[in-house]
Amino acid sequence: MTHLPYIIASYGLAAIMALVLSIGAALRLKRDRARLAALEQTHNHNAGTHRTP
Amino acid sequence: MPINQTDGANQLLSASPTLVARTGSFFHRYANPGRFLKLGARLQPWLTWSAIAFTLAGLGWGLFYSPADWQQGDSVRIMYVHVPAAMLASAGYAGLAACGLLSLVWRHPLADLAAVEIGPVGACITALCLATGSIWGKPMWGTWWVWDARLTSVLVLFFLYLGHIALIRAFDDPQRGYRAAAILALAGAVDLPIIKFSVQWWNTLHQPDSITITGAPTMSASMLWPLALSTIGFSLGFAALVVARTRAAVMESRIRALLSSPRRSGGAA
Repeated sequence: MTHLPYIIASYGLAAIMALVLSIGAALRLKRDRARLAALEQTHNHNAGTHRTP
Repeated sequence: MPINQTDGANQLLSASPTLVARTGSFFHRYANPGRFLKLGARLQPWLTWSAIAFTLAGLGWGLFYSPADWQQGDSVRIMYVHVPAAMLASAGYAGLAACGLLSLVWRHPLADLAAVEIGPVGACITALCLATGSIWGKPMWGTWWVWDARLTSVLVLFFLYLGHIALIRAFDDPQRGYRAAAILALAGAVDLPIIKFSVQWWNTLHQPDSITITGAPTMSASMLWPLALSTIGFSLGFAALVVARTRAAVMESRIRALLSSPRRSGGAA
């Protein structure tokens, strides 16, 4: 396999790109989900307080 | 001259707004962010796991079991990464142009968010296509790069992606960024047929297409099957990434809305 370094480079680049993009998207989703849940909880709590006469 | 209602052209003109409105209502039904979040959450694991399975099967088959090419030897195995990346680079840009059309004609809010998220993924896959093409070119052509029509038109596509990413974030008012980027996406779509037909229109170093819609493939089935599997895997992976990023973008817009809501600041009556 004289072309092995070229093949490894191609597959390695694809693997690195896939890992970076997917881990980035997963972390972003996790962070946003947690932040949104916390904000909605605060928001609903405040709304409930406002409705109380 | 009086307008004749039975005139075909006038009928078409009067029918067009109805058609636009009907098509618009179809798209707006799926523009609801809450509905998209639910659908996206349901689709996400299926897209992700099937992408992993198809990609591993395709690349594993291509790397270890498919035969070497009689001329190119083992370097032909780069094809199982390069060709799906090249197909997706063009398909991703077509998706970006479709989002641009939806944004300009129907002001589809999800299309704007999807366009923001398709851009970076498309740019990465185009960069992968260019890099693997260059890596494949070195042992086959003896050079990393030539200013060949196919290579140059794909490089232009990469710059179009970069331009879109920059333009959509360039304005303080996001709506202006969405409009400008949508126009760029639609105008840049002219590069797609140039990429496709560059190997026919010009005498290029890049080989002609081995797979066409109309003709039989010019490669052996033992190479075609792993290529098909990896192409399906890459496409599902692209879709999974775009869905995940768009879901995150919808959540971020909700977060921004909640943070700027008057209740939070105590201004609500």
